[in-house]
Amino acid sequence: MNASRLLAQVVKELLSLLRDPRARAILVLPPLLQLLIFSFAATLEVRNATIAVFNEDPGPAAEAFIAEVSHASFVGEVIRVHDSGHQRQLLEQGRVLLALHIPETFSRDRLAGAPATVQVLLNGQKANTAQVALGYLEAMALAQDGRVEPLVTRHDFNPNLIYRWYVVPSLSGILSMFIALVVTALSIARERELGTFDQLLVSPTTPLEIILAKCLPAVLVGFVMGTVMINAALWLFQVPFTGSLAWLALALLLFIVSVVGIGLMVSAIAETQQQAILGAFALGVPMVLLSGFATPVENMPVPLQWLAQAIPLTHFLVIVQGSFLKALPAGAVIAHLWPMALAAVVTLSAATFVVRRRLH
Amino acid sequence: MTAIVLDDVHKRFGQARALRGISARIAAGRLTGLVGPDGAGKTTLIRLMAGLLTPDQGQLRVAGLDPVQDSEVLAESVGYMPQRFGLYEDLTVQENLHLYAELRGVAKADYRATLDRLLAFTRLEPFTDRLAGRLSGGMKQKLGLACALITSPKVLLLDEPGVGVDPVSRQDLWRMVQALTGEGMAVVWATAYLEEAEQCEEVLLMNEGRLHFSGRPEALTERLRHRCFRLASAGDKRALLAQVLARPDVRDATIQGECVRVVLAEGTTGAGAALASLGEVSAAPPRFEDAFIDLLGGGPGGHSPLADRMPAVTTRGDRVSCRHLTRRFGDFVAADDVSFTVRPGEIMGLLGPNGAGKSTTFKMLCGLLKPSSGEARVAGVDLRHGASDAKLRLGYMAQKFSLYGLLSVRQNLSFYAGVYGLRGREKRARIREMIEGFQLEPLLDSAPDQLSLGFKQRLALACALMHRPPILFLDEPTSGVDPITRREFWTHINGLVSKGVTVLVTTHFMDEAEYCDRVALMYRGRVIALDTPDALKARAGQGASMEQAFIHLIEAQAHG
Repeated sequence: MNASRLLAQVVKELLSLLRDPRARAILVLPPLLQLLIFSFAATLEVRNATIAVFNEDPGPAAEAFIAEVSHASFVGEVIRVHDSGHQRQLLEQGRVLLALHIPETFSRDRLAGAPATVQVLLNGQKANTAQVALGYLEAMALAQDGRVEPLVTRHDFNPNLIYRWYVVPSLSGILSMFIALVVTALSIARERELGTFDQLLVSPTTPLEIILAKCLPAVLVGFVMGTVMINAALWLFQVPFTGSLAWLALALLLFIVSVVGIGLMVSAIAETQQQAILGAFALGVPMVLLSGFATPVENMPVPLQWLAQAIPLTHFLVIVQGSFLKALPAGAVIAHLWPMALAAVVTLSAATFVVRRRLH
Repeated sequence: MTAIVLDDVHKRFGQARALRGISARIAAGRLTGLVGPDGAGKTTLIRLMAGLLTPDQGQLRVAGLDPVQDSEVLAESVGYMPQRFGLYEDLTVQENLHLYAELRGVAKADYRATLDRLLAFTRLEPFTDRLAGRLSGGMKQKLGLACALITSPKVLLLDEPGVGVDPVSRQDLWRMVQALTGEGMAVVWATAYLEEAEQCEEVLLMNEGRLHFSGRPEALTERLRHRCFRLASAGDKRALLAQVLARPDVRDATIQGECVRVVLAEGTTGAGAALASLGEVSAAPPRFEDAFIDLLGGGPGGHSPLADRMPAVTTRGDRVSCRHLTRRFGDFVAADDVSFTVRPGEIMGLLGPNGAGKSTTFKMLCGLLKPSSGEARVAGVDLRHGASDAKLRLGYMAQKFSLYGLLSVRQNLSFYAGVYGLRGREKRARIREMIEGFQLEPLLDSAPDQLSLGFKQRLALACALMHRPPILFLDEPTSGVDPITRREFWTHINGLVSKGVTVLVTTHFMDEAEYCDRVALMYRGRVIALDTPDALKARAGQGASMEQAFIHLIEAQAHG
């Protein structure tokens, strides 16, 4: 290891990333824009749903129920249908999320105190949304029955279930992961395309120095962008923060280092920048899907759960979500820090190994 | 009959003025060479003739048509073969031809006849089922030519068809094209190789967007008759060259094997006598390149301010050697049992067409590629296992000029100084040395991409020499560069060699081999001959050129 050789390369990497104003803008603006857009778009709450109602019951109980459903916050428009064919058609065309079929016995059963049933037909194409809507409907149906007080659920840490409180901190992790991944994935591949990589390899610099020099600027950019987005969550989106900023900063740093390792590995293997970008996304997208951002890790098949544990993002999401909403204690943070540290060591060694092997 | 008329054609791309008023006529039934170094505007002019660009100013008529307005009809009468012909590498020869026939709207009934005619003409019949990607460089060009000829055009435009093609295939291509002109076709052959111009019937000589000459090549070289000489001396040829170039009556001089080739300034009296004091003088036939240099006002001086600043190499035993070096890529043997030794203070050339194994050998020598078997040593060390200090003795300059486009000239210099472990005062002094030696001062804050090819080359050389290596590896250092820049480059290299630097250079440029002390000719992965340039030429007979020598040796291989 030689300090002046390393320094020269770090300066070179920083200049290549930041010297050109346009390149700087491309690095910084799109992720911030994505944060703004996704935090409004990525929501699992059901709003403005269109539903079909097929009412065969002339009684008042049915009308009362329909009135309540139409005023529910998740319902946008109610389409009244008068035969089951039309109802089916609306579902098939995907114009309605669900169809409510009230049989003619509904009011009678209610008056008689017998269980009154309503048929709900869900659009299976929108399985998730429809399930959520069904949940709302069930709560309403329970409340209808005057005799049963529906169960009141209290949501810890996010009492009003504000979806953005969950999405924005997670996005800071996902977006800074993609920045670090793309920046590093391109770095060696670009030099290889330009021919400068050969020039580096014939110089006295070692593979370890090359990897380190490529790491530092990427870590810097990823860390700064991650910090900016966490600040946006704090101040712009007003997500309550209950944990420790110091632990979160450390977690972010380790997280970015481990991602940079993955990016450099991709870059060392790729022959061209095109391959590098494809490789970065081929890894990045599954990492997001398995990280537990969209679907809980616990719901996955066991082998995939193991795999999810190897993904740095999985651990960072736990830490960032916990730090914001539930004052994640230091012990819990550490439990998720060391897997990221391990991933960083493994991927960075692998990247160095690949560069060295390429050389030999 | 005139096939193409150019009338004051201008074209600019942003700030760059690619063509600055070209007026010329290109005759039918003739082979016209469009000659000039990279960046002269050849490709732009050809694309204008093919109707792919519109001129900013001026008129063109190709086969009696306006390329822009009559673009529909033009496709019928013009065959165009771009630098890299758009062959589909995953299709066979046959399928490529079919595709182009389809695209060009050849009537189904004529398919068979047309394709058979073209396959016979290009002698590709035995390879119809081979994938285009698996063809050699020469065969790819022939297939490209066949595709361009599908509509039996009146005008055939070929953009640098000779690049990367081995000399034998190039000869084949020439013969084919000459047969076409016999049928009355106008053929335009663009090339950066000035020696190719001598084989053309007519020449348009371009440089930096201007037309410098148009007419028969002999008309140009004729002007230099009685001004070209060969000067032989028992002493050091490089010292002699520097001496010759320092004289005011010398227009241009280059090393040619063991001799120095001299072009005297116009009107020099007593011609040869003036040189007699330096060595044995004999008259030489003028070459097209001499004429080109003369048109541009003579070559650069023979003095390298850079070499003056470099200390003499003191460590002897800095040699490069390889033994039984072999590299396979799957079934393909890229380098096959290559052995040679470069002596200290010598320029050794690896010469051969693309795909001959030069780059593979070269990369194994500088430790960029692992040999399948055999060993390569630089200064007694195998660079693959070599410690960093062994690599400090090696300078490397690649064809693509490995410069960081996103860094300024100054930052590039500083980076390479740093990577070679220089720091503090020493680093600043070395950088200053390079800036002064290569006159880079006014360009320090520009990006390398904004530099002219010549300055880019200087910068790349500066970066490679920053740590004063006793051994220099040059990979195709001057391909596509204009002859003046090439001379300037070799002036620096000659200066370094006189200080004791050892140089290994690869080139597919036959003329460049003349600068070398010894040349290893490579063909299909093997070294087929290794000798001094003069001895190699002598094998092909009296007065043979390097290219003829190469063809001779390849044919000898094929028959032996």
